Amino acid sequence: MSLKTNFLPALLLAVMPTVAMAEAVAPDDVVFEDDVIVASLTGADGNAVNGRKVFANRKQGNCLACHINADLKEQLFHGEVGPPLDGVADRWEEPELRAIIVNSKIVLGDETIMPSFYRLKNGARTAEKFQGKTILSAEQVEDVIAYLRTLKE
Amino acid sequence: MKRVKKAMFASGLLAFTLTLNPAAQADPDDDTLVIDGVEVITSAKGKEDGPLDELYSGWRFRSDETQSFQADDFENPAFVAIDQALEQFEVVEGAAGKACASCHEGGPEEFEGLRAALPRWNADTGKPETIQHIINECRTERMQAEPWKWEANEMLNMTALVGLQSRGMPVDVQTDGEMSPWYEKGKELYYTRVGQLDMSCANCHEDNYGNMIRADHLSQGQTNGFPVYRLKWAGLGSIHRRFKGCMSNIRAKPYKRGSDEFVALELYVASRGEGLAVETPAVRN
Ligand code: HEC
Ligand code: HEC
Repeated sequence: MSLKTNFLPALLLAVMPTVAMAEAVAPDDVVFEDDVIVASLTGADGNAVNGRKVFANRKQGNCLACHINADLKEQLFHGEVGPPLDGVADRWEEPELRAIIVNSKIVLGDETIMPSFYRLKNGARTAEKFQGKTILSAEQVEDVIAYLRTLKE
Repeated sequence: MKRVKKAMFASGLLAFTLTLNPAAQADPDDDTLVIDGVEVITSAKGKEDGPLDELYSGWRFRSDETQSFQADDFENPAFVAIDQALEQFEVVEGAAGKACASCHEGGPEEFEGLRAALPRWNADTGKPETIQHIINECRTERMQAEPWKWEANEMLNMTALVGLQSRGMPVDVQTDGEMSPWYEKGKELYYTRVGQLDMSCANCHEDNYGNMIRADHLSQGQTNGFPVYRLKWAGLGSIHRRFKGCMSNIRAKPYKRGSDEFVALELYVASRGEGLAVETPAVRN
């Protein structure tokens, strides 16, 4: 994967900072092996600092809508629809976390209320604005995973 | 089988959550709603074969402050609307030269019990009718006046006034006979996952009532208090406005107010709350 980038002229890299994005695996092409996803969606490690923001942002992950997370206690309201995510990195390996976020239904079961953040086939009547779009981008998913991996007890 | 497994998982989670977040409120509270010295019941037994064992009014999930607005008609901001509707009741409009009061000589009190039984079957249109349909039929057929828009102030005010006449009476709607296909349609809509967030009404209001979803304490999504005065809206809103809001929040394209889909859903949700007392006009945050 990194080989391909190495062939690109340095100049092109400089003016195209989004090269990694162009390489992100498309939602329909994500490969599940035994209900986990081993490879990074972008081919790179995520950024935990940004992941923390995506996690809290109401228009992005909005994970706090449903999960308590002591690391974000500066945020006032934490939901209790899902389990608290304190120490979540002690309970799940990275490929499992990736699978839960990309397509929650495969790991948590068809009936889970948790949204699938990197899947195109969601509920009926998706509003036009969101049609054909995933809730999070591949980068944001990887950033959230990097952040979740810091949540150890 | 699936249900049982799920319920067990959910209660396990709940226990876990409570120990970690002792301040969180996980159930409806125990407060009693008394308006002008009269108790309005805010819970009831669910139907034997129904989805909910115990029914709770949305009032039971609101903060003490929001609750207190509804416990006193002088504090209840919706009573401004009731006063306006009482005036409107006397206003002559339309080519027939009539006011509501021209036909309804007994005043709004004539409508006691109506709100509790809506939506109901209308043999002329061959469809269920809601309070909005009934009011507009009077306006167009008998007054020869313009119909009011679903969410117009005049309509909201009048639906609040008519609804108030049934306050305290248990919701009881027809779901069999001609209503049966509408009931089934509403039920299907209730359990269909919609929107980019891929959720059904049941995900929030059946599986998770009592839980906090960020800053909101999830209720059973009952309709017995509508039209409700929402502090966030700084005004009254219809049942269909609330349905729209819930669908938009999960990034779904809502149905239109007054659409067959929302009428069917209104019927089904009303039937889920049968036994709860009408609280119109309720106050919510
Ligand atoms: C609308 C509710 C909701 C939202 C939003 C949500 N989750 Fe969840 N999540 C759940 C529920 C509920 C479960 C538990 C499984 C179940 O009951 O279906 C869960 C389980 C999990 C688990 C497994 C936890 C464990 O310890 O077993 C992880 C990890 C997780 N969620 C991460 C996230 C992240 C990260 C986000 C945001 C990007 C998020 N969730 C957003 C509801 C939600
Ligand atoms: C993501 C969660 C969620 C979903 C899905 C959802 N709602 Fe809601 N709903 C809420 C919240 C939060 C409130 C405000 C607090 C409360 O009363 O539960 C609310 C309030 C309501 C109310 C007002 C209750 C009252 O007493 O004032 C009704 C009625 C309602 N919802 C019906 C529905 C219907 C019908 C659907 C499906 C079309 C639906 N909801 C889907 C979260 C949701």
